[in-house]
Amino acid sequence: MTNNIKIAEAQVPEAKEMRKVYTETMIELADRNENIVALDADLTSCIGMGPFIKKYPERMFNCGIQEANMMGVAAGLSAVGKIPYVHTFGPFATRRSFDQVFLSCSYTKSNVRIIGSDPGVTAMYNGGTHMPFEDLALMRVVPEMTVLDPSDSTMLKDLMIQMADLYGVFYVRVLRKSATQIYKEGSTFEIGKAVKIREGKDATIIANGVIMVPNAIKAAEILAEKGISVRVLDMFTLKPIDKKAIIEASKDTGAIVTAENHNVINGLASAVSEVIVESDYLVPMGKVGVMDRFGQVGSLNYLIKEYGLTAEDIVKEVEKTIKRK
Amino acid sequence: MDKEIKSKVERFATEIRLETLKEIKNLGFGHIGGSMSVVELLAVLYGKVMKFDPKNPKWADRDFLVVSKGHSGPAVYAALALKGFFPVEDLMTLNVDGTKLPSHCDRTMTPGIDMTTGSLGQGTSTSIGIALGNKLDKRDNYTYLVVGDGELNEGQCWEAIMFAAHHKVDNLICFVDNNKKQLDDYVENINKPFVFVDKFAAFGWDTYSVKGDDVEAIDNAITKAKTVKGKPSVIVLDTIKGQGIPFVENTFANHSIKFGETEHKEAEKMIRILEEKLKNQ
Repeated sequence: MTNNIKIAEAQVPEAKEMRKVYTETMIELADRNENIVALDADLTSCIGMGPFIKKYPERMFNCGIQEANMMGVAAGLSAVGKIPYVHTFGPFATRRSFDQVFLSCSYTKSNVRIIGSDPGVTAMYNGGTHMPFEDLALMRVVPEMTVLDPSDSTMLKDLMIQMADLYGVFYVRVLRKSATQIYKEGSTFEIGKAVKIREGKDATIIANGVIMVPNAIKAAEILAEKGISVRVLDMFTLKPIDKKAIIEASKDTGAIVTAENHNVINGLASAVSEVIVESDYLVPMGKVGVMDRFGQVGSLNYLIKEYGLTAEDIVKEVEKTIKRK
Repeated sequence: MDKEIKSKVERFATEIRLETLKEIKNLGFGHIGGSMSVVELLAVLYGKVMKFDPKNPKWADRDFLVVSKGHSGPAVYAALALKGFFPVEDLMTLNVDGTKLPSHCDRTMTPGIDMTTGSLGQGTSTSIGIALGNKLDKRDNYTYLVVGDGELNEGQCWEAIMFAAHHKVDNLICFVDNNKKQLDDYVENINKPFVFVDKFAAFGWDTYSVKGDDVEAIDNAITKAKTVKGKPSVIVLDTIKGQGIPFVENTFANHSIKFGETEHKEAEKMIRILEEKLKNQ
């Protein structure tokens, strides 16, 4: 598989909301493959699926507010050859319906894509009940699951197109609003292979998702001004994790800092450290992420500061980690 | 029901019961209560109603069966083996290390099992997904779902029941194995079920209530259910946990029985009785 990744010159807000790209891609996929179906739990308008419903009313199953049933219906549809894309807010797609995802979808070796919207702090004013800091952790522990946290809508679109032709259970985080542009349109990615966004020699920031990848790039720029050169990896595939990229980063730069919009327990920090401790390069590692806390309401900027997810937080963690070399 | 077919189905029920008993006796423990209470239903489904091809278990136009009370696996395996999905001798591998016949039904392991079940309630949703998918493809087939009366404690069942009626899933027929008991106690003493047919009717289903050991009554209800369009159907089966095996019927805690010396002796006696019965059926 060939990658064709071009990094955008400037990290500016994307013109299209991520949900718009999601829905447009769903329609594209449905045009191409009659087996593509969509399920939702009374949140079709939140993810902007109106145009899909208009075009393919018989292929959209709005299950109402019943996430457990929805996951089971998706598994059943998969058993007769359909390719279900299931959406609800992240915590309901994972935490609320965990046993149905685990057993009905995964243990049965079904073919289901689960979309959890509003990753981490982006749940904002829906607050702690709706703010998934544990969705990736839960999905990561399900055997054979592919877990993706795309960093912008160019990547989301490419991954959605790829997933349509793959078999298995996938969990994908999707922001409903506009992401920050990281990649130029038309870039293509390889599931399981991290993207080296920036080269560096003193440390590596391994980040994922719509909040932390742009913040990692910003942090790298700030550090560069201070004379510290850091590599930035976009680890959009949390599972299967790109061991090779992690080991290379340890070997080449001698220090690792992870950055995630998620609990540091069983998310990116855990996944990366699991690779490091088994490798020949036991380098110091620092982590930026939610320190085992619940969510709360607030503006995006407030929450990013409150949970220590800013570019400055990453800068501090890199400086601290480099000193431990 | 044609007389000849009726005796054929009744004989098949005896065979399923006998093989199920042998499986569990051989293993020395197992979910005998809830396996026995669905024997007549399985005999009707695999002996008369369902279309399937043992040589091609994944045939797309087959009828599907989801036994959501997955612990009835031993009885389902007996029916499948007797119909040629795999050798009858394989029934002796129930739960042995590396088996393809686990306690609870598993679609990835056993030829003829259409859906993995075991975590109660989940088969309701998966069976509806199967039926919906077949409807989308305009297939002329049915999906049959078996749930336990205790299983209907699970909230997910009622989500699914609501959903199936809303989506007019009329290619789905659900059976409630109303054997009156769950693991700990009578269903009545755990979560009073009130009247199942009334509950399903209130959710918009077409409903029937029949004796669960009467193959003709089960078959007639299925025939009637198939004439109803625009809503899913439920057939509540009045059954006994351990049905047809007196020493199990008479054991209070008969969800899963561990076979001691007494049980082995009783089972041997019962095996002789069933074998004798088969000679005359």
